[in-house]
Amino acid sequence: MTWVLNNLELIGSRTLSHLLLAIPAIVASFVLALPLGWVANRYRWSRATLLTAAGLLYAIPSLPLFVVLPSVLGFGVRDRINVIVALTLYGLALMVRSAADALASVGMPVVLSSTALGYSAAGRFFAVELPLAGPVLLAGLRVVSVSTISLVTVSSLLGVDNLGLLFVDGFQRGIIAEVLTGIMATVALALIVDGLLVLAGRALMPWTKARR
Amino acid sequence: MIRFQDVCKSYPDGTEAVRDFTLEAPTGKTTVLVGSSGCGKTTLLRMVNRMVDPTSGAVWIDDENVADVPPVPLRRRIGYVMQNAGLLPHRKVIDNIATVPLLNGVPKAQAHARAAELMELVGLEARQANRYPDQLSGGQQQRVGVARGLAADPNILLMDEPFGAVDPLVRADLQAELLRIQRELEKTIVFVTHDIAEALALGDQIVILAKGARIAQAGTPQQVVAEPADDFVADFLGLGRGTLDLHLRETPTGTLVVDGHGRPAGRLVEPG
Amino acid sequence: MNYFSQAIAWIADPANASGPNGVWARSWEHLWYTILAVVLASVIAIPLGYLVGHTGRGRGLVVASSGAARALPTLGVVTLVGLVLGVGLIAPMVALVLLAVPSVLAGAYAGIEAIDPRTVDAARAMGMSEWQILTRVEMPLGLPLLIGGLRSATLQVVATATLAAYVGAGGLGRFLFLGLKTQDYPQMLAAALLVVVLALILEGVFEISERVTARRLHTH
Repeated sequence: MTWVLNNLELIGSRTLSHLLLAIPAIVASFVLALPLGWVANRYRWSRATLLTAAGLLYAIPSLPLFVVLPSVLGFGVRDRINVIVALTLYGLALMVRSAADALASVGMPVVLSSTALGYSAAGRFFAVELPLAGPVLLAGLRVVSVSTISLVTVSSLLGVDNLGLLFVDGFQRGIIAEVLTGIMATVALALIVDGLLVLAGRALMPWTKARR
Repeated sequence: MIRFQDVCKSYPDGTEAVRDFTLEAPTGKTTVLVGSSGCGKTTLLRMVNRMVDPTSGAVWIDDENVADVPPVPLRRRIGYVMQNAGLLPHRKVIDNIATVPLLNGVPKAQAHARAAELMELVGLEARQANRYPDQLSGGQQQRVGVARGLAADPNILLMDEPFGAVDPLVRADLQAELLRIQRELEKTIVFVTHDIAEALALGDQIVILAKGARIAQAGTPQQVVAEPADDFVADFLGLGRGTLDLHLRETPTGTLVVDGHGRPAGRLVEPG
Repeated sequence: MNYFSQAIAWIADPANASGPNGVWARSWEHLWYTILAVVLASVIAIPLGYLVGHTGRGRGLVVASSGAARALPTLGVVTLVGLVLGVGLIAPMVALVLLAVPSVLAGAYAGIEAIDPRTVDAARAMGMSEWQILTRVEMPLGLPLLIGGLRSATLQVVATATLAAYVGAGGLGRFLFLGLKTQDYPQMLAAALLVVVLALILEGVFEISERVTARRLHTH
C-alpha cells in the first residue's frame, strides 16, 4: 500500500499511456474487422481463408511481433505505432471471426423481408444487418478489449511505457507490491472499459439487454 | 389404473398450474387430456412419472402412491413419448429404442432383438436400424419415439403431443398406427394434445381442460360432442362455429357430409 | 524480408539444432509446457464446467470470473509468482494454467448448454439418473464445443509459453530473450517461427480430432 501511495503519479502516467496504446488498437481492429467479416460472410471461398489466417495470426507470440514489426514498418523499436499495429493485428485475429459470426447470426427471413421492403444492399446493411448483428459484435468487441488491454503489457519488455513496466521493474528490483499493483491496475482497467462497452451497448441497442 | 387425487401444483412465483385435479385413467384405455397451451395438461402428465411433483395431493398407479417410488426406477417402467421425439442424436435408431432395456441391465443382444421387433410393430423398415435420427423424416423419428416408449414393455404410456410437429397427412397416419398398436397391446395411455380432432380420434376418455387444469368436461368422445357441458366446451369443440356442425347434402355422385360453412368434410358410406 | 532468410538459416544451422539448448530440445520443452498447462487447466476446468453446465447453477459467477481471468496480464502473473515462489517452472505454469482455464471452462459448460433441452428432458423421462444423463448424453454431445475450448486454450498457451523463459524456465522463449538481449533479430524471428510451426501442428491435431468426433457423434 505504501508503494502505491508513494508512486501514484507514476501509476497514473503508466495507466494513461497504457490506454493510449490499447484504445486505438481496439478501435482500429473493430473498424477493420467489419468489412473483412462481411466479405467472409458474403463469399463462401473467403470464409475459410480469412478465418484460418486470423487464427494463425493469434498463434504468433506477441514479443517477437513487437520486435520484428519495426523493421517491416520502418519505425524505431520503441515507437508506439509498432505496438498499436501489432495489437490491432491480434485484435483483428479475434474480431474478424466475431464479425463474420455476428453477420451470419442475422436471420435470413429478416434479410429477405427487408430486401422485399425495398432496401438497397448498402441501405440494408446499415439499417438492418449491422444493428441486428450488434449483440454478437459487442460480445466479440468485449473479448478484444479485455485481451488487448492485457496484451499491451508484453510490449514493456522492449521498454515501451505502459502498466507492464511495473512488472519488469518490480521483478528486476524484487518489489512484489509493484508487480501486484501492475496486475490489479491492468485488470481494473480492462473491467472498467468492459463495463463502459456494456453500457454503450445498452444505450445503442435498447431492444436487447446486454447479456451477462 | 392411474388416479389423480386432489393434486395441486403452484410455483414459488405464485402461478397455479394445477388446482384440485381429480381423475381416473382406466387400465388398458386411452385417456386424452385436451386443452389450450398453458392449461396445465403437460404438468399433469409429468406428475405421473414424477418429472413434476405435485405441491399437494397424490398420484396413484393402482395401489401405489408414486411419491413413494424413487423417480428413476419409476420412469423406467413408464413409457414416455414427446413432441420431436427427443431422440439422442448421437445414437443409432436401434440404440435409441433399446435405451431403457439397456439401462435396466438387459443384455445387448436381447435388447436389440426386442428393438427390432418394435421397429416392425411401429412400421419402420429394418434397414433404418443403423441410421441416425437426423437421417430420418419427422414422421419416422416419431415412430422411433413410440417404439422407444414401448421398449421396456411398460403398462403405462405417457404421450405429450407426440404428433404435434409432423404434417397433417403423416399425423393421420401415425394416429391410425397408434390405434392399431393400442388394439394389440392395450396399454394404459395418457395422451396430451391441444388438437380436438386428435382427441376425438384417439381417446376412449376425453378430458377437456380449462386454465388451471379445471375439468370442463370428461367423458367419451360421443358424450362430449353430443352433450357439451357448457359454452366453453362447445366453443372448444368448434360447435356453433360450423366446423363440427355437419349435415348431409345429396350430389349426383353420392351423399356428402358438409360442415356449417357448406364446405365438404367427407362423404357418406355404408359401414364396414 | 532479409531477416526472414536469416532466421530460416539460423534454424537450419546444425550448430543450433542439437544439444540441451538446441532447437529440438527447446521445442520439445515448449510442447511439454503447453501440454502440461492445458492438462492441468482441464483437470480444474472440465469438472467445474460440467457441474455448471449440468446444474445450470453458478453460471453468472463462472462467466464473470473467467472474464476477470482473461483480463489477467500473463507477464504480470509470471513475474509475481516468480518473485514469491522463486524462478523455475512453477511461476510460468501457474500463469499458463490461469490463461487456459477460461477457454476450457467455457468449452465445457457451453457444450452442455448448447444441447437441445428436449433431448435432456427425454433422457430424464426415460429414467436416466443425473449421472447417466451427464455421462451418456451431455458429455458426448458436448464434446465438439469442449474440443473447441481446448483448441483455443492450447493456441493461447503455445504462443504465451515463450514468457516462461523470462523467469528462468526453458522452452522456445529462451531463444527469444537471448535474441532480445543481444539484439539478434534473426534468432528472435527464428524462435517466433518455431512457435508458429508448433502451433500449426497442434492446430492440425485438433482439426483432425474435431472432424473425427463430428463424424462419430453424427451431429452436423
